[in-house]
Amino acid sequence: MRSGRKKSMLTTGIMRDAIKESFVKLNPMTMIKNPVMFVVEVGTFVVLLMTIFPGYFNTRDEIGFNITVFLILLFTVLFANFAEALAEGRGKAQADTLKKTKKEITANKVVAGGIKAVPSAELRKGDVVIVSQGEMIPGDGEVIEGIASVDESAITGESAPVIKEAGGDFNSVTGGTRVVSDSIRVRIAADPGESFIDRMINLVEGAKRQKTPNELALNTLLITLTIIFLIVVVTLEPIASYLGIELQIPVLIALLVCLIPTTIGGLLSAIGIAGMDRVTQFNVLAMSGKAVEAAGDINTMILDKTGTITFGNRMASEFVPVGGESLETLGEWAAVSSVSDETPEGRSVLELMKTKSLRYDESVSEGGEFVEFKADTRMSGVDLKDGRKVRKGAVDAVKKWVSAQGGRVPGDLDSNSDKIARDGGTPLAVAVDNRILGLIYLKDTVKPGMRERFEQLRQMGIKTIMCTGDNPLTAATIAREAGVDDFIAESKPEDKIAVIRREQAEGKLVAMTGDGTNDAPALAQADVGLAMNSGTTAAKEAANMVDLDSDPSKIIEVVSIGKQLLMTRGALTTFSIANDIAKYFAIIPAMFTLAIPQMQVLNIMRLGTPMSAILSALIFNAIIIPLLIPLAMRGVSYKPMSASKLLARNIVLYGIGGVIVPFVGIKLIDLIVHIWV
Amino acid sequence: MGVLQIVIVLAVVMLLVKPLGTYVYHVFSNEPNRTDRIFGWLERLIYSLIGLKQRAGMTWKRYVLSFLLTNIIFVAIGYLLLRIQSVLPLNPNDIGNMEQTLSFNTIISFMTNTNLQHYSGESGLTYFTQMAVIMMMMFTSAATGFSVVIAFIRGLMSKGQTLGNFFEDFVKSHTRILFPAAILVTLLLVALQVPQTFDPTITVTTLEGAMQKIAVGPVASLESIKHLGTNGGGFFGVNSAHPFENPSALTNIVEMLSMWLIPACLPYVYGRFAKNSKQGWVVFSAMMTLFIVFLCVIYTSEMNGNPQITAMGIDTSQGNMEGKEVRLGVAQSALFSTVTTAATTGSVDNMHDTLTPLGGMVPLAQMMLNVVFGGEGVGLVNMLMYAILGVFLCGLMVGRTPEFLGRKIEPKEMKLIAVAILMHPLIILAPTAIAFLTDLGKGSITNPGFHGVSQVLYEYTSSAANNGSGFEGLADNTPFWNITTGLVMLLGRYISIIAMMAVAGSLVRKRLVPETIGTFRTDNVLFYGILIGTVLIIGALTFLPTIVLGPVAEHLTLGS
Repeated sequence: MRSGRKKSMLTTGIMRDAIKESFVKLNPMTMIKNPVMFVVEVGTFVVLLMTIFPGYFNTRDEIGFNITVFLILLFTVLFANFAEALAEGRGKAQADTLKKTKKEITANKVVAGGIKAVPSAELRKGDVVIVSQGEMIPGDGEVIEGIASVDESAITGESAPVIKEAGGDFNSVTGGTRVVSDSIRVRIAADPGESFIDRMINLVEGAKRQKTPNELALNTLLITLTIIFLIVVVTLEPIASYLGIELQIPVLIALLVCLIPTTIGGLLSAIGIAGMDRVTQFNVLAMSGKAVEAAGDINTMILDKTGTITFGNRMASEFVPVGGESLETLGEWAAVSSVSDETPEGRSVLELMKTKSLRYDESVSEGGEFVEFKADTRMSGVDLKDGRKVRKGAVDAVKKWVSAQGGRVPGDLDSNSDKIARDGGTPLAVAVDNRILGLIYLKDTVKPGMRERFEQLRQMGIKTIMCTGDNPLTAATIAREAGVDDFIAESKPEDKIAVIRREQAEGKLVAMTGDGTNDAPALAQADVGLAMNSGTTAAKEAANMVDLDSDPSKIIEVVSIGKQLLMTRGALTTFSIANDIAKYFAIIPAMFTLAIPQMQVLNIMRLGTPMSAILSALIFNAIIIPLLIPLAMRGVSYKPMSASKLLARNIVLYGIGGVIVPFVGIKLIDLIVHIWV
Repeated sequence: MGVLQIVIVLAVVMLLVKPLGTYVYHVFSNEPNRTDRIFGWLERLIYSLIGLKQRAGMTWKRYVLSFLLTNIIFVAIGYLLLRIQSVLPLNPNDIGNMEQTLSFNTIISFMTNTNLQHYSGESGLTYFTQMAVIMMMMFTSAATGFSVVIAFIRGLMSKGQTLGNFFEDFVKSHTRILFPAAILVTLLLVALQVPQTFDPTITVTTLEGAMQKIAVGPVASLESIKHLGTNGGGFFGVNSAHPFENPSALTNIVEMLSMWLIPACLPYVYGRFAKNSKQGWVVFSAMMTLFIVFLCVIYTSEMNGNPQITAMGIDTSQGNMEGKEVRLGVAQSALFSTVTTAATTGSVDNMHDTLTPLGGMVPLAQMMLNVVFGGEGVGLVNMLMYAILGVFLCGLMVGRTPEFLGRKIEPKEMKLIAVAILMHPLIILAPTAIAFLTDLGKGSITNPGFHGVSQVLYEYTSSAANNGSGFEGLADNTPFWNITTGLVMLLGRYISIIAMMAVAGSLVRKRLVPETIGTFRTDNVLFYGILIGTVLIIGALTFLPTIVLGPVAEHLTLGS
């Protein structure tokens, strides 16, 4: 289902809108927000004036050159606008889909003395509504009465309905989702405009996009470089003129535009938007770009064992007979006790029978009365027609039950059950009347691939801490099996906060996942808190990310996306700045060769003529922006490895590559441009 | 032979960096050590005299305010003394008061550790002002620079609010480093025949029967602190080319080592403070690499000589000897020029104006970068600024927001660094352009054409980098030059220092990020490369167009 939601990056609709938007963004009031490109726009305007009024500027002779420079500059600005518009466009397309779910719904509001139909827009926080089968839930809220299955595919893309019920951790519902069975009473928790869907629309539209601290710092640097090169170019004119070298204004503007970091200046916001978008594509909703960046900086990750590292369901994996009973007998009675047992444990016993090719007589349990598991008995089983009673359950409970009937506890029961516990499993004892037959080894299975993932995290320098309610022995076994760095056994919600605070006191950034209300304080304390969409409203509000698929192990990918976002920004900045070397070698000799013929020595690229050299550098400077758009949107490729290796690789690719590529590019462009000038 | 002389000096520097750096570290680490027994009593006496009771740490603002006020007081006193020097004692040669704009220029020049001289010492200053103004400033400006770099390093390394106590650092710089070293070097120079006397100018009858005046004075003492403090203002107008300032190749080497060793050991000190001497060696290696590249350029260029002179049939097998002292030769001169502009001392033992175009480009380029060892303190601060920039640009490529020594680099730091990196090209290029736009500036150029560009550019670059050497050849004692270079020196010194101290003040308060395998490392070969790359791309490319119009154009047109 996730791939179904993923839209192709370049639908024609998005492209068309982006092209239109690139022209709209030419408005200087919008451009000034991006000072680097604003300088280019001003330059474009100046060259345009010189082209339109050649008489006034005395530039009649250079009209062809000036028009060309004007067009290249214009396209440089348009390309940068296009990159931004394209990134925004993908978000807008998503927002439009979401907006469709936001159409007016009639709500059945509970008022004094009955029910009143009101438009959902009139609902306020605290109102109570009734939603029945087939109806849309009119707003975000909590179920206060009833149980229903709800189709949340509008926001999660997951088509299987989920159960929502009053009380507990599954009581939050989202406006715009549909009740598919039964009827619930919902207390509305958000005023119009502040609902989850509203926030989601705002986020993906990028309307409220705030620059992150890192973007602000980088922007400062880019503006500084722009001012420095402005000083360089402006002061060059009087110095050259002292030497009797006349420098044309369009040539100086060309030099300026080539030197200022237009590549990164044009792509910076697209990188940021695309990074957020990648998170959204992944069905995780980040409340801010800052949260995504913080994900890249994570040092410590706190993971719940159940559901994140392991499947959580305890599966029967072994039969351990005791007191000299045979494996067959144990299997037979374990199966009999589980025939009517619909719990995952019960079903897994029957599964295990199949995999072990053991047989049992189904007729034995026919007509028997099923005894459900209860918290006080801690056993379940069947009372058979013939009066025999079969039980399976916690070892001490079964022991007590057998002893009460005058039965004997086999000597090897405790040693075997301890062994299972030590190995991280849960032992279930099986008994018939006063006879204990043996143990079912329930195992908490680690999800496949987790070990490799933790290994990758270690390579990124991220420490993993597993939280579990299990006893220390069991916890240690699972921790070893999964390969986490540390664990907290018998953990309570307060423990998580304590661990987060402890790690933060050492200066570390901590990420965690959670869904329950009692996770909320820890989610708020963590630097990156990923709440499950299935979780409570409190948890979702405390977190700075929400996973719509409610898959807690996704936090690992979120970290990768954060890192990738930062790396893309760094790589393109380095590339952009490294490009300057080649541009200097193209333009500087070209500017001075006419006056000082010996300058030809510096023309190491052997570019055709001064004019073609300047145009080629400018064209390279312009087309590199659209060429890099796919990279900016997709992000640089990232495999988990140590920082040193990663840096060495990226420096070679984008630093040294950034020095070499423009030499080749400008030369190739010049070979073509030189045909005309 | 020439290369051997150079290699020996380089080897001595390499050998002495570690012991000297260790000594300097112990001076400023403020932990009890053996040297306390030797200097402790003197310092305690000074502290009680100036009323410094508890030497509490200062926030960056307090620290900056303290050194600014101290400097302002020195400037006021110095200016007054220059203006009334004729009536003060120790004036055997009856020298008059100094003119207003020249006094303004001179006093700023010495307070900012620039020591650009628009006057000639022997005719413009009395013995008293040479000592009470010039030498006093030479000590205090160097000690100020020392204190600043130490405070900056503390900002990068320690946690809390404060960067140390300025007055304590300032006093210790004198008592434990500058005074003992100055005494040692003075005695050494006196032993090597440099004069040290209060006698008036000697008048002698030459062999031809003509009368000649030979200026003498307390030369050796000024000579030692001039180099130790990376100051550079000479006792005589021709500076260290004068036979009484620098009589032999040996004194030449002593002087080079005096000015180079302290800046060279500072990266090591930084490594010691970082508790990871590799951090220091990475910075040192980057500086040394740039230094050697520049040295090679100037040496080969000077050895190749001037093709036009060769074309005249004159033997240039010894290299370009124009403007050089025969007793020193090309190797010693090339090395001295490289050292004096690297360490931003600004003393000269040969005329930089008469260097070959590419040879002359080397001093110019080093001052433009201002990070190749650099002056007392300032060079390391600048290099660390580039290190922070390098971390900021490349640090993102490991997928984390950039951090330097465990501290996050955020918008606040970048804004301050922006001010510092912007200031240097601004105060070099803008006044250069203005000088070419006005006749006041253009009128002083003695060599029109490309060399004229180099002359003007050199003057402002030297002022901005607080180097103080002159390309000479520029008629620069006019109100225009006195005032503009004065302002450039002021801005060049204080703006970047204040900005960088603010960075230190901000970093010292940051929560430390622990180092993991995912951390960007700044103590390995890769970072050494990044550091050099950042310096070249951000620092050097800025000046490329003007360099091309000056020295490069001159070089290219010289042969044809």
